[in-house]
Amino acid sequence: MQNCFHCGLDIIKEERIIFDEKDFCCNGCKTVYEIFSLNDMTCYYDFEKSPGATPLDIKGKYDFLDNEGIVGKLLEFQEDNTAIVSLNIPHIHCSSCIWILENLQRLQKGISTSQVNFPEKKVRITYNTEIVSLKTIVHLLSSIGYEPYISLENYETGKNNVDRSLTYKLGLAFFCFGNIMLLSFPEYFEVKEYWLDNYRPFFRWLIFALSLPSFLYSASGYYVSAYKSIKSGMLNIDIPIALGIIIFFIRSTFDIVMDYGSGFFDSLTGLIFFMLLGKMFQIKTYSFLSFERDFKSYFPIAITKINADSSEESVPVYDIQKGDRLLIRNQELIPVDGILMSEKAEIDYSFVTGEAIPITKKSGDKVFAGGKQMGKVIEMEVLHSVSQSYLTQLWSNDVFQKEVEQKHKSITDTISRYFTPILLLIAFAGFGYWIFIDANIAFNVFTAVLIVACPCALALTAPFTMGNVLRILGKKKFYLKNALVIEQLAKVDTIVFDKTGTITTNKKSNISYEGKKLSEENLILVKNVLRASNHPLSRMLYDFLPESKRYKINDFEEITGKGIQADIEGNQVQIGSASFVGKSEDGNIQQTTVHIKINEVYCGKYIFNNQYREGLANLFEQLSHNYQIKVLSGDNEGERDTLESILPKQTELVFNQKPEQKLEFIKKLQEEGKNVMMVGDGLNDAGALAQSNIGISISENVNVFSPACDAILDAGEFRKLNYFLKLSQKSISTIKMSFALSLLYNVVGLSFAITGNLQPLVAAIIMPLSTVTIVSFVTIMSNFYAKRLK
Amino acid sequence: MSVIYLLISISIVVAIIFFIAFILAVKKGQYDDDYTPSVRMLFDDELIHPKVEKPKIETPTTL
Repeated sequence: MQNCFHCGLDIIKEERIIFDEKDFCCNGCKTVYEIFSLNDMTCYYDFEKSPGATPLDIKGKYDFLDNEGIVGKLLEFQEDNTAIVSLNIPHIHCSSCIWILENLQRLQKGISTSQVNFPEKKVRITYNTEIVSLKTIVHLLSSIGYEPYISLENYETGKNNVDRSLTYKLGLAFFCFGNIMLLSFPEYFEVKEYWLDNYRPFFRWLIFALSLPSFLYSASGYYVSAYKSIKSGMLNIDIPIALGIIIFFIRSTFDIVMDYGSGFFDSLTGLIFFMLLGKMFQIKTYSFLSFERDFKSYFPIAITKINADSSEESVPVYDIQKGDRLLIRNQELIPVDGILMSEKAEIDYSFVTGEAIPITKKSGDKVFAGGKQMGKVIEMEVLHSVSQSYLTQLWSNDVFQKEVEQKHKSITDTISRYFTPILLLIAFAGFGYWIFIDANIAFNVFTAVLIVACPCALALTAPFTMGNVLRILGKKKFYLKNALVIEQLAKVDTIVFDKTGTITTNKKSNISYEGKKLSEENLILVKNVLRASNHPLSRMLYDFLPESKRYKINDFEEITGKGIQADIEGNQVQIGSASFVGKSEDGNIQQTTVHIKINEVYCGKYIFNNQYREGLANLFEQLSHNYQIKVLSGDNEGERDTLESILPKQTELVFNQKPEQKLEFIKKLQEEGKNVMMVGDGLNDAGALAQSNIGISISENVNVFSPACDAILDAGEFRKLNYFLKLSQKSISTIKMSFALSLLYNVVGLSFAITGNLQPLVAAIIMPLSTVTIVSFVTIMSNFYAKRLK
Repeated sequence: MSVIYLLISISIVVAIIFFIAFILAVKKGQYDDDYTPSVRMLFDDELIHPKVEKPKIETPTTL
């Protein structure tokens, strides 16, 4: 089998196209190659082998880009003739992609520059509006296989501000820390030299000046957080940190002013730097994924409306009103609920339900928002506007309204609830003891306790463990929204699965045959007829049937919603629904079936059963030891028996659940005090995913869109779910061990402090030492667990 | 005698200049995407490559 030079897919022998001594799988790929070779850009193929994608037919799809109002909303910048637009291109995946997209100006006049952001899969194009329009650019991109993804989400985004304050703070903290360290060296060695003694005040005040930006700006986040937590009555870890930093600063300043010593500015700035570093490490973002998606990222920006005088016009989706007539093309998404006006339509609701097999609708039927139209152009009349449609109404639920800043208390905060009072107690006890002996020492001890106990190591433990585990999981294709999710994963006691698309896969189908046995010759006929059809069921059945010879087909006809018929080698073959082959529908309509009729004789039917994911039974068996498992399904009970035979006995199965009911189901479990993890895939699970303590979205292709959730799991790794849960529990125990270790350091430090012996040099050694040991301990432990667990 | 003041002041000023350069770079978004530039810098050579090779291919066909 040969692979296409452009896209790398297998070439079907009969369709092979040879051009310029290279093999292509289809005309689309060949055309792209032609474009590139004409423009002298064939080194596109040098960087990576077969990097391309087959361009899809997009006729009319981007007509809405003629509407200047819509284009204006998409642009990032526009002035005079210059415009800048950022387009999301899901196909970006290799260096060839970067090269071709950054050389767009050679393909199209009017584009001045284009720049790729690889991690975000975006290209930023600057162009001259006089010479070229956005529509032309989008068409150009589509024609070379890089179709941009433009959805309602892009609407009114314009320029978004990136928050870089942490980078500034970290940079500043490092600057101060580094310089202060250098300037502190003379003091560390305390060489009794005239020369050094002479310049001591200069060094000290310089250090003081350098510590100010770090103290005032870099550490500002801790003061704010500590203030907030005191106000809300929740003692978090930032209180002892902020307290430590402030005492550090005051004591050090006091030392310099009174000429007692050099102060602890080196340790202070080091502490701030390390803690910010921990914060930075914890933030690992998968910029090509989005965890905040709602229906907006699925829905088109504009749709074709048919005016009363039967002229067509592109209107923004938000402007659609009840009673409008809309035109929906092949592969377009239906943005609103409505009534079908055309005779027949096939609607694929896989976005919504995860079910891959399209549903047939007749004229007068209701069609719901979120379905994808397959087949010929249809017309529909609008029943509800976007915000009032069946699916989008889900988003008016409270779960989506409030921005919950911190849903849960983190493990560090739980510990610091005890830590802060105990720390203050020790500090005051030390102060109380020394005050009767020497007021000066008492003051020193009090501040030294707060300084040395400043829970730097404690505060670093969680970020470094979580950050590391986050990266380990990311490598195993389990992408978490942030580090807090790990803690939630460890707490889960109930797991709720969606059925369609989550524990079943829509990639493969389990096909069985019922009826008169087909002769070998007939099988070949059926396979050949199926070859010509693009219907998903035909494709699945085609892949299922054994390889065969090829025949020429005459009079092929595909009737939307019914089936296909063809004349082949003198035989009349009909494949399709029961009514199409003239057979009355039998009682069991819950099955998806395809009936076969050859030469006016009914043969039998192929039954499509759900294909459960690999390793499902095994996974559920493992999970059932530690968790309560429930399966929710939007479908009817047709699969109950099969599911019961695969899944462990205590699994609860609930059928016929609407999106809101799924949400309520989760809510009820939570009210019973359960920590619920929801695993789902489609938009209909979005409510349940948002309501649950942790929502995991399963995705066949993580670059494609998944509903808002806390984590995205690559469908191929589904059976490892138990491993992920175990690993998160282990990382929590790693954190606990490391807490014990850092408390040990605190005890050592405190013994210095309480006896009044804390020298700047001691502090300068203990602090980085504890940091380094803690960081290496948690990194080694979490890597160890990741390897050892199976 | 006061050369130490001068030296340290100069070194701090130099450090501050580099620090400002860093801040400006962050502000301009140079650190937002840390992958693409690493690939992009390898392209420059490739760009010339087809232009040089092109006449070589064309000459035999015209002859």
